[in-house]
Amino acid sequence: MNIFVLLKRTFDTEEKIVVNNGNIVDDEAEFVVNPYDEYAIEEAIKIRDEHGGEVTVVSLGDEDGEKELRTALAMGADKAVLINDEDIEESDQFTTATVLATFLKDKNPDIILAGNMAVDGGSGQIGPRVAEELGINAVTTITKLTIDGEKATVERDVEGDVETVEVSLPLLVTCQQGLNEPRYPSLPGIMKAKKKPLEELELDDLDLDEDEVQAKTSVVEVFLPEKKTAGKILEGELDQQVSELVSLLRTEAKVI
Amino acid sequence: MANKVLVFGEVREDELRNVSLEALSAAKSFANEIVGVLVGKDVKRFSEELIQHGADRVVVAEHPNLATFTPEGYKQALLQVIEQENPDGVVLGHTSIGRDVAPRVAAKLQAGLVSDVTKIEVADGEVQFTRPIYAGKAFEKRVVREGLTLVTIRPNNFAVLEKDTAKSGEVESVAVEITDLQTIIKDVVRKTSGKVDLSEAKIVVSGGRGVKSAEGFKIIEELADVLGGAVGASRGACDAGFCDYALQIGQTGKVVTPDLYIAVGISGAIQHVAGMSNSKVIVAINKDPEAQIFNIADYGIVGDLFEVVPRLIEEFKAVTVS
Repeated sequence: MNIFVLLKRTFDTEEKIVVNNGNIVDDEAEFVVNPYDEYAIEEAIKIRDEHGGEVTVVSLGDEDGEKELRTALAMGADKAVLINDEDIEESDQFTTATVLATFLKDKNPDIILAGNMAVDGGSGQIGPRVAEELGINAVTTITKLTIDGEKATVERDVEGDVETVEVSLPLLVTCQQGLNEPRYPSLPGIMKAKKKPLEELELDDLDLDEDEVQAKTSVVEVFLPEKKTAGKILEGELDQQVSELVSLLRTEAKVI
Repeated sequence: MANKVLVFGEVREDELRNVSLEALSAAKSFANEIVGVLVGKDVKRFSEELIQHGADRVVVAEHPNLATFTPEGYKQALLQVIEQENPDGVVLGHTSIGRDVAPRVAAKLQAGLVSDVTKIEVADGEVQFTRPIYAGKAFEKRVVREGLTLVTIRPNNFAVLEKDTAKSGEVESVAVEITDLQTIIKDVVRKTSGKVDLSEAKIVVSGGRGVKSAEGFKIIEELADVLGGAVGASRGACDAGFCDYALQIGQTGKVVTPDLYIAVGISGAIQHVAGMSNSKVIVAINKDPEAQIFNIADYGIVGDLFEVVPRLIEEFKAVTVS
């Protein structure tokens, strides 16, 4: 099995967001593997252990991304590729998907795993876009995956319903919570990861020109939501509090 | 402004989804002409509803291979309608179907797609789309620089246009070719049938670790039922196995913006708050007066949820009956 995982380095979900001069301040933020991508890495390792083959983790980003790729290698992935995005002035999902698909197109993947979405941008576009660019099948928000020869049976979360899908390889899936329990890198895993191959590529190496991946959309403003202020803590006996709440919801907030 | 914008009318369980009516309203804010698009089998009958809620006319693409949703089939149908209509924009709901189909259409057409939009404004001669990032910890305004403008809108953020029963419009059926599909849907287990959809719900009641067990989670469901709302949960409750991950609200999980959000036994960790803080009214019930959730709640009750919630259920019952 030729298995690929698409990885994004994202802010830790514990982080508060600070905006300065219209940009999100990231110099002091803690970065992690996008939580949904952890499910993808875990599943990729399981598939390899069952069916053989190799897991390659790919990320588009700056050189700091090496840390998250090493985490994936420490979990058990075999190889990592970091495509440097420093030549790209402004990127959007079109950009990212085009670069990743260009990298993947001559790699003959049997299965590509990605997160359902990234916890920063949250668009969930990259997986389906990459599959479309490659002309392969894609199943999103999966919660169970069984591969049997050229066929895969997949369970997916559809707004709470469970859909069972049969589909043939090559295949791209995006991973949803409940798929598995991502392992923590073990100490020997971390030691081994340091020696595993991590290849760095530039756009030039993919025969891509900056213009070809020019973003179709661009951000004109970034802002924080209005700060919620603490409201009213109700007082008195429980019965009083409950009836006051119901009456406030009806007359003041007018939501019921 | 855009001249012509297509709006995808999503049919689920034999009903046109409310988010599609909201999409008509969203399109209205930047389009001169709105064309409703229905895709499926036997879906023409929803044309009138689209027209009465803002569509100028409707294009219907029916095919036996579209009887059940597959991303491939719907993508093929939409691409053919787009080719025929040559619109400036397409608006879909940011639903399971919208999230699946829109990126594929965008990739095929090498177009930009702005996902999960909560507000649309025309400013400085361009259409600006506001969308949450970091699950709502921040927002960005995005514009489409070139080509087709593809947009998915988040449910519950655009007011549906008032229904105009006198309005009429042309309904055109177009023949679409759908190739044999490679993805076969074998089975759908409807866990949510008859229940209120979490992303579209006007009222959401969520339980956290404080409910203590799957058994304890039942009163969350009961409270939601009384209010005709949907059930949500914090990551803590899902991790502890009290409920399904499909209910999780937060930075990992779903982001909801209902009119009323009731957080029960939820401490209010930043990841959870990201997923619900843009709700219009927030009620928190927690026995810990120091719980973070009270910092963002409009109304709070400090107390044992197992005492508060049953009383609340009684009170709401009395109100909804009267």
